[in-house]
This record gives sequence, C-alpha cells and structure tokens, in this order.
Amino acid sequence: MTTAAEFQIEYLQYLQADGKAKSDLPSFASDETLMVNLYKTMVQVRAYDTKAIALQRTGKMGTYASTLGQEALSAATGAAMQKDDVFAPYYRDYAAQIQRSVSMLEIYQYWGGDERGNCYQNNPHDFPMSVPIGSQCLHAAGAAFAFKYRKQNRVAVTTIGEGGTSEGDFYEALNVAGAWKLPVVFVVNNNQWAISVPRGSQTACETIAQKAIAAGFEGIQIDGNDIIACRKIIGDAIDKARRGDGPTLVEAITYRLCDHTTADDASRYREDNEVTNAQELEPIKRTRAYLTDVGFWNDEKEAALQVECKKNVDAVVEQYLNIEQQPLENLFDYHYAELPANLVEQRQEVIEGSL
Amino acid sequence: MNELTLVDAVNQAIAHELASDPDVVVFGEDVGKNGGVFRATANLQDRFGENRVFDTPLAESMIAGLSIGMSTQGLKPVAEFQFLGFIYPAFNQIVNHAARMRNRTRGRLHCPIVFRAPFGGGIHAPEHHSESTEALFAHIPGLRVVIPSSPVRAYGLLLAAIRNPDPVIFLEPKRIYRLVKQDVPDNGEALPLDACFVLREGSDVTLVSWGAMMHETLQAANQLSEQGIQADVIDVATIKPLDIDTILNSVEKTGRCVIVHEAARSFGVGAEIAAQIGEKALFSLHAPVQRVTGFDITMPYFKLEKHYMPSVEKIIAAVNHTMEF
Repeated sequence: MTTAAEFQIEYLQYLQADGKAKSDLPSFASDETLMVNLYKTMVQVRAYDTKAIALQRTGKMGTYASTLGQEALSAATGAAMQKDDVFAPYYRDYAAQIQRSVSMLEIYQYWGGDERGNCYQNNPHDFPMSVPIGSQCLHAAGAAFAFKYRKQNRVAVTTIGEGGTSEGDFYEALNVAGAWKLPVVFVVNNNQWAISVPRGSQTACETIAQKAIAAGFEGIQIDGNDIIACRKIIGDAIDKARRGDGPTLVEAITYRLCDHTTADDASRYREDNEVTNAQELEPIKRTRAYLTDVGFWNDEKEAALQVECKKNVDAVVEQYLNIEQQPLENLFDYHYAELPANLVEQRQEVIEGSL
Repeated sequence: MNELTLVDAVNQAIAHELASDPDVVVFGEDVGKNGGVFRATANLQDRFGENRVFDTPLAESMIAGLSIGMSTQGLKPVAEFQFLGFIYPAFNQIVNHAARMRNRTRGRLHCPIVFRAPFGGGIHAPEHHSESTEALFAHIPGLRVVIPSSPVRAYGLLLAAIRNPDPVIFLEPKRIYRLVKQDVPDNGEALPLDACFVLREGSDVTLVSWGAMMHETLQAANQLSEQGIQADVIDVATIKPLDIDTILNSVEKTGRCVIVHEAARSFGVGAEIAAQIGEKALFSLHAPVQRVTGFDITMPYFKLEKHYMPSVEKIIAAVNHTMEF
C-alpha cells in the first residue's frame, strides 16, 4: 500500500458575520486607506450593479449577470493583483475588473451588446470576460507560461464559478499548471448555485479546493464574504506564484444573492429562507461593521459615499445612453489583421445597403 | 540541392522560424524528444532547447487554450494535434476564443497561432486517424485553413502561417508526407496565404483539388492529356480564405469544372466552390460542375478505405462525363 495523499483543507475566516474579528488579523486590516478603498469599491460596484439591472428591466441593456453578494471576493481579487499581472475573469467579476482599470462604462457597454466594451482602454492585457464556462482557466495558464518563458515577474489570475469546476478545461488547466509550476492563481467563487443546479450536485468532493491536490498543488478554502480573508489568502497565493512557487487554488464560499442573470428567476428553484439566511452573511454589511468598529467609518462617511457612488453611476449611465453606434464596418474589420477578399465584398454590401 | 519530403519541409519551416523569431514556441504531444509521431518536429528540441520545443500533458483542449493565453501575450505558438481526429476536444477553444478574440476585443488582443494536424486517409491507420474534416474549420469566421500538397508549398505556406497574425489551421496530408522529394531551399521565403496555385494549364477542363488528392488529380490530368483533353489543374492550398478568382478565371476559359476532395461530399468545400461558380460564372459553363469526393459516410476503417477514396479512374470518368455533357 502506498499512501498517495492525506489531506486536510484549511478554511480561513477572519471576520465573523457581525464584523468582529475571529482571530488575529493580518497587518493590512489596520491600514485605513487600504481597507476603506476596498469597502468603497464594493459599495461602488453594488450601486453600479443595481443600476445595471434597472437598465435591463427598462429595456436599455441586454441580459446582465449580477454580482450581488459577491463584491468582497471580487474586490479583493482585483486589489491583490499588480497592474502588469493578467486577469482572465468569468462574467461576474466587475469589482476586480474595475480595480484593474476596466471602466464601469465599458462593462455597461459590453452587456449593452457592444463589443467595444471589451476594448479596455486602460488595461491592454486582461482577457475579456469569458462566456463559455471554464475555458478561461486555460488562457490564464497560457499567459502564465508566457511570463515564465520570458522570465517576467508577473502572475495570471483566473476566476470561475463552482459550476465551472465540473468542466474539463478547469481540470486540464489545473493539471498543466501543476505539471509546469506556472505562476497562476485559480479563484473559485463557490456561490452555491450554477443557474439552478446546487453545489451538491456538481461533485461528490467535500470541497472544491481539494481538486488542486490531484493536480499536485495547494488548495485552500476561505469565507468569500470576508474581505480580510479574501484579500489575505488571494494576496498570499499571488505572492507565492510570483516567487516561482507555483499555482494555488482558492475556493471562496459565497452566496449568489441575485438571479443567475436577468433572464433567470431563482425563486423557481430555491427557497426564500435560504436567501434570507444568506443575506445575514453578505459582505458589505460585514465590512462596514468592521470598519465602524475600528473607527475607520461612520454614518456621515457612509452617507457621503452613497451620494458619491450614485453620482458616479449616474454619470456613467449618461455616457452609456449616449454612445454612438459602432460604424457598420466594425462588423467585418476585426476578423483578420488583413481583410480577405470575400469580407471586403460583404462589407461593401452592408455599407451600400445602409445608405 | 536540398531534396526534402513534405514532412521534412514542415520541419525545415518550423526550424527556420524558431531560429529567426524568439517568440515562436513549438509544443504538443510527443513533439519533444520523440520529434512527433511522424517526425515533423524531429531534432528541434535538441537544436532549440526544451523551453522552445516541448511536450504537453495529453489534453487537446489544453493545447488550444494554452495557445490562446500565450499568443495574446505575444508568443507565437506552433501547436501540434497528433491527428486531426483528436482535435475535437479543442473545438470550443478554437471556435469560441482563438477565432474570435480579435473581433470581440476590437483588435486589442489577437491570436497568432498555428494549429498543425496531420489528416486524411490511405495509410491503413487506426480508427479516428484518417478523417478529412477541413470544412468544419473553413466554416468558422476568423480562422484560416491551409493545406499544402507538395514539399515546396508546405515550406512556404507554413512560414506564412507562422508569421500570420491570426490563427491558422494547418492541415498536413500525411499520406503524401514522404511520397515525393523536391528541392526546398531554406531561404525563408513565404508563399501567399490567400492564393490558389495553378499547377498545370489546359483549355478543356478545370480540375480543382487540394492536399493529398492533388496527386491523383495530376495523374488524371496526365492521362487525360494523352486522350487529347487538356486540363487546368488548381491546388486550392488555402481553403479559407478561398481564392475564388483564380478558379473563376480558369472556368471562364474552360467552361468545365471537376472538383476533387477526399472529405465527404455534402456541405463540403467543394460545394462552396461549386456554388460560387454557379453564382459568378454560370454562363461560362458548358456542363454542370462535378464533384469527385468521399462518400457521405463515416471514414471506413482501413480494410475498406480504398473504396472510399477518390481515384484517378473516378476523376477521369467525371471529366469524360463533363466533356460529353
């Protein structure tokens, strides 16, 4: 008999649901600027997200995937990365994207059916959000290979839902990242629901984190509603990758307080009381309680922040609603570096048809 | 003279680009020490090192997905799928990401990748090793699909594919990997990726083919010549984007066209060529366009595969039918 593996999966939580510290906090937790900035990002993203749903409901945006209740994990992921790192996100990670200089306008524009929302004027390298589930994990591994090949001190980070961890690409990415010791971090947002399919139906494994063990590297579980745990553990994983010590899988336990998208109605498949209970754990309330306790925050600052976030969103919406339509040539012009003859002909057809 | 087979010409082209461009990396299953199951990457790892030429874990979607991640960071992956029959797990990555990354980011990111795969029947290979499914890829916007039919064109087209800033599916007709040798100077000169090649000129009929079937097509043209029928013979070479003008110019001259391909008949590249001839050169035609192709069946296992493959006799029969129409 060979004992191939014996393992325990660590679960890390620093802040309890009431915002009180559960154990000794990492030093950054007393860095007022850092903590307040994380909180502001979360609140800003919630205001942005609420408005996106309103825009969809009033016919001004297409189907939209809300991030309600997952702001801490996403904000921490973005904050833990460096500018030159590369992010390969799934489609619910706006807080991370916004921290990485993707604008709220670009994200509205994307969900408004306009590819220019993927242009990321201030972020040349990040991938656009990936719609085919799980496929982005391999892109992060490929980018990580490029960093290693060029001996660059950069890290790739990818995010995925727990449903996506059933995809082959997720396993293939973990496997190669372990085999080649790539500088990549896999962050799983285990929000309990993949549209209507609950976490328990995805896998017989006790945790998602343990899937890393089969790929030969560390997996760790965190409370994804705890901004301090998220920032600490994802930050540590990124530092480890940057040191050349290989990949990490971080499974963050969250709850999808929203529908899957605006095209979904979660009341068809899950109980109201489950959602109500999850509300008690949600991250913004918890972070605010912590900040208030340690004296970084008060009602006055909160009121001012709410006004500021609404103002920011209103300004973005104003821009969003006034974006000029793309020129019709854009239908064709980005398929190849050099347009083939048949596309030149079809492009002309569309332009003449529109005159 | 630098006499090379088609597979050696592939090797020479990859080596040329590895030597001239530090961003080129070569990988796949067994491409490293083993040099590929057909030896297409033989000795490249020794010459260029394990960081440039390396084996991957055995996972095709991973090969494609990694290529996308690498290429958006400026590397130029030359990735091998061991056989075209095993590329399908990678279809999602190729179609949903490699082919559309440039478009969906409006040019911000792009994927200069060559996906190489040996393909086609006629070598008594195991199941799943002999299919010709180039049409699947030719249907996808954002891809190029290139199929060489000679050592010289394999070298020149592969150089062009590696230098191209967009994803190229480069399908290598393995039945002719070692069929003939040609002088292939290692001069770094690429061939165009949007042009057919006219291999023979004649005024009576246009024969259009690509890949391994070029050889049966040329043999048929030689025999027809003895009968007094002179054929224009066109190697399409780049299936997508299709250089229809060269084909139309020929058909306008000859008035007759026979298309030869190994792939199944329906919904194939031959159908597209015939449709465009119908749209753009109908009144030049003296006879309906004929197709000599594989049947619309699963590629047979090798005991029966010769009954599937188009033959010189079938091509000649189709040409005679066209002439007598």
